[in-house]
Amino acid sequence: MSEFVRNVRLWFAPEGVRQEGVTPDYRFSLANERTFLAWLRTALALIGGGFAVDQFLPDLRWGWRVGLALALLAAGVLCSLRAVNHWVRCERAMRRGEDLPVSRFPALLGVLVAVVAVAMVVVVLVGWEG
Amino acid sequence: MSGDRDPGLQPERTRLAWRRTTLSSTVAAVLGMKAALHGDTSASAIAACAACGGLWLGFLVLAHHRIRVLASTTPPPALHPRRATAAALCTVALAVCAAALVI
Repeated sequence: MSEFVRNVRLWFAPEGVRQEGVTPDYRFSLANERTFLAWLRTALALIGGGFAVDQFLPDLRWGWRVGLALALLAAGVLCSLRAVNHWVRCERAMRRGEDLPVSRFPALLGVLVAVVAVAMVVVVLVGWEG
Repeated sequence: MSGDRDPGLQPERTRLAWRRTTLSSTVAAVLGMKAALHGDTSASAIAACAACGGLWLGFLVLAHHRIRVLASTTPPPALHPRRATAAALCTVALAVCAAALVI
């Protein structure tokens, strides 16, 4: 947990990142940046999905609609915060010459998206019948 | 100029990644504005719409600045952590705006 707090401090105090280790090949930093942007797009897509559930499924009951939309929005928030955190961790690992950090976040996000998708199918089918 | 060009076109690819991400944020912001003004022109709806537009503009400025740095400097400097944090916080703020609209 203290590792996470230190990373959060680095988001806002970038000089800390530059002081450590050696500057890696710029191509590695750019690749890390593109990965960060890809995660940010994933987050934006989840947020867009949250808006879409709210707007384009108006026949659903209020609780289901709001619940699904909030689940997608929360996933979007988590995804974007995790994107910065992972970017900082990768940048630091590259500067120190360590292995890149591993993460179980992609698997968790995959499972969450699958659950939301299944819930959406069930809710739409049941909603149309009732 | 073309002599020291990176054959992997890394700066160009990164620039396009910023463009794609800006496009994604445009889609999300437009959906947000549509949700805010959906048959409702009260002051709070207009404020939510303006917030979505402002966040989109903020992201656009961030991305545009980074694209210019990538295009003008060789080798390009690494992304500034503060810019990365700002971009992520724009996304989070958009999600908060969306949650306020949904509830």
